[in-house]
Amino acid sequence: MQHVAAPFALELAGLVKRFDRPAVDGLNLSVRAGEFYALLGPNGAGKTTTLRMIAGLLRPDAGSIRVAGIDALADPVAAKRMMAWISDEPMIYDKLTPREYLEFVAGLWGVAPALAETRAQELLDWLKLAPHAQERCEGFSKGMRQKVALAGALIHEPRLIILDEPLTGLDAGSARQVKSVLRERVRAGGTVIMTTHILEVAERMADRIGVITRGKLIAEGTLEELRLRVGESATADGGASLEDTFLALVAEPAEAA
Amino acid sequence: MIAQPGTAIWFAQHEWRLVWRDWVAMMSGGRRKRLRRAIVAITIFIVFMHFVAYWMVGRFAGAIPDEATLVTISASVLLSWLLMISQAMETTTRAFYARSDLDLILASPTAAGKVFAVRIVTVALSMALMALPLAAPFIDILIARGGWRWLGAYGLIAAMGATATALAVALSVALFRVIGAKRTRFVAQVVAAVIGAAFVIGLQIAAILSYGTISRLSVLQSQTLLARLPDTGSVVWWPARAALGDGTALLGVLALSFALLAVTIAFVAPRFGDYAIAAAGVDTIAALQVRRRRAIQPTSPGQALRMKEWTLLRRDPWLVSQTLMQMLYLIPPALLLWRSFDDGNGVYQLLVPVLVMAAGQLAGGLAWLAISGEDAPDLVASAPIPGSFVIRAKIEAVLGVVAAVFAPLVAVLAVASLWHALVTAVGIVIAAAAATSIQLWFRTQAKRSQFRRRQVSSRLATFAEAFSSIGWAATAAVAAASLWLAIAPAVLALLVVIGTWLMSPRPQHA
Repeated sequence: MQHVAAPFALELAGLVKRFDRPAVDGLNLSVRAGEFYALLGPNGAGKTTTLRMIAGLLRPDAGSIRVAGIDALADPVAAKRMMAWISDEPMIYDKLTPREYLEFVAGLWGVAPALAETRAQELLDWLKLAPHAQERCEGFSKGMRQKVALAGALIHEPRLIILDEPLTGLDAGSARQVKSVLRERVRAGGTVIMTTHILEVAERMADRIGVITRGKLIAEGTLEELRLRVGESATADGGASLEDTFLALVAEPAEAA
Repeated sequence: MIAQPGTAIWFAQHEWRLVWRDWVAMMSGGRRKRLRRAIVAITIFIVFMHFVAYWMVGRFAGAIPDEATLVTISASVLLSWLLMISQAMETTTRAFYARSDLDLILASPTAAGKVFAVRIVTVALSMALMALPLAAPFIDILIARGGWRWLGAYGLIAAMGATATALAVALSVALFRVIGAKRTRFVAQVVAAVIGAAFVIGLQIAAILSYGTISRLSVLQSQTLLARLPDTGSVVWWPARAALGDGTALLGVLALSFALLAVTIAFVAPRFGDYAIAAAGVDTIAALQVRRRRAIQPTSPGQALRMKEWTLLRRDPWLVSQTLMQMLYLIPPALLLWRSFDDGNGVYQLLVPVLVMAAGQLAGGLAWLAISGEDAPDLVASAPIPGSFVIRAKIEAVLGVVAAVFAPLVAVLAVASLWHALVTAVGIVIAAAAATSIQLWFRTQAKRSQFRRRQVSSRLATFAEAFSSIGWAATAAVAAASLWLAIAPAVLALLVVIGTWLMSPRPQHA
């Protein structure tokens, strides 16, 4: 089924999810197609819950989710076809090789075998996994596992990649490789939405940054816009870091409460 | 009282705290209410077992150490002991490979040998304690009806725990030295599974070959066997004599057992750290290469899921050993089928429930692996396929394995008796479907490596799966003789399944 390219890769409206307390509380958020969007927030702010709802792993209590114009709650299968989800703990099968894992993911997403073959080889080469393509994943390091998961996420060429803390626990080399893959993906027209605690990554890579706390989006924009929002407690050398801005932003609602 | 840190007693206190908390977590699943219920259930079970014991052994309380008695007690002791060795081997292997606290121990300035010595003693004690809930009712009844002399049986259990642990540790270490760290994990698990099943199966095979019956006792009481056994005064009968209250035999057995354990500890404990370090390299050194490199095949999502399940099952040594256990139990009925192939007598009647029961158990285990033991649940859940489709593909994967295992046996049975084969086939399908459904209703998210403790997440599901398999096996056995009479057990089995469904948690869809 062909979908008309939507200006927004992702639109959340009034998204609510309660556990024993509201985890996500009327969240409104839009991510443009071809954008790198970083979602920041303190622990327990509702970032992962939000991403899990987008990926179809949690059902919201209220609100709507549209992925590339498709209502993800009404037609989850069509929406999932557009997306890839990667969590901080790469979920791969220890007893499969990276190649077999990619074959499995390609099968799940219905990628044609010839195309899957080509993409698998490209991804294995690109992520420097080719020498380990025939080894079972059980002995792989966290970085290698994350790269296998990333290859799996890319094999079906998703329009929207959702990543929850993808750089946690990675060494500098692996982290750089993952970042370059994501940047490449955005350059090619894909959309990336990512949570991270590494503010430097958000600062360098994100086109726009959303700050979420207590399940609500409290600020959104480019780094410059966020700085202005906090009243620009700019330093003499040209501006507050994202860390200063972020801490000022999350402190606001806490003080208000 | 808290012992001086670093001493053996201090380590023992630490070990026992871990063992106790592990047991509590296993019984309660982390919920206090469940623990209370588990304690009540265990108490009821032990009381119930006393009635069973009274019915089974009450009349033997006055037994004298004649040849037949010694043979029967020795066989029971040997059976329990083999099971203990099997369990101890599994625990020892886990001690090598489970990294939870080994890094901490090995990185500390404490003498690792002391820690491992304590750990081996803990294994021995836990082996003995684990045997108690099953053995104590029988011993209590024998004491109540036959006098204090039967107290010796408790001493025998302690000795059995010590020797089983000593042998298990020695066997694991021998495997480690001979075939290396990498293969030991797999081989030890298979050996443990085979040892656990070997005695019962061996006796059944002997009984079938000699007498054409599946009863274990027939071979034990045969004149052929009794005539070849040593004199009743022989040291071979010491364990049996110890159980019967012979003080000298008990002291001898205890002394030998603890000496064996002490020697094993003295020899193994100081080197245990080296083995653990060697085992630690297994996962990080050269991962297993898959030689086959073929082009990606055209697959539907369903095929991809089924192939994945079968590949994971095939490549998991531990699961293979568990499956192997199920297969081992099929050897006696298969042998019985072969022996009685030309007879055309009622022996097929015996095969029907065995096959149906085994199918239910195998399907239950595989269904847990496929449905609950999904290592990448997020990946599968985020794929563009409906949840029901995923479940269906996984069920097909389970039933595919069950069909592959049982189809040859049913086919052979069909040549001998078409009716029995038909009843068996239908029984296998229903028992497998029921066990799979129960696992589906009680599905949870777990790692495949948690398979051994799968019953912890829901005891209800475990019992329901067992009772359902028993129910369908009974139904099939009766149906093979009379379809009408089979209605009653079928209704009971169906009630078990329906009742389980009613009590199952409602699924929370994503």
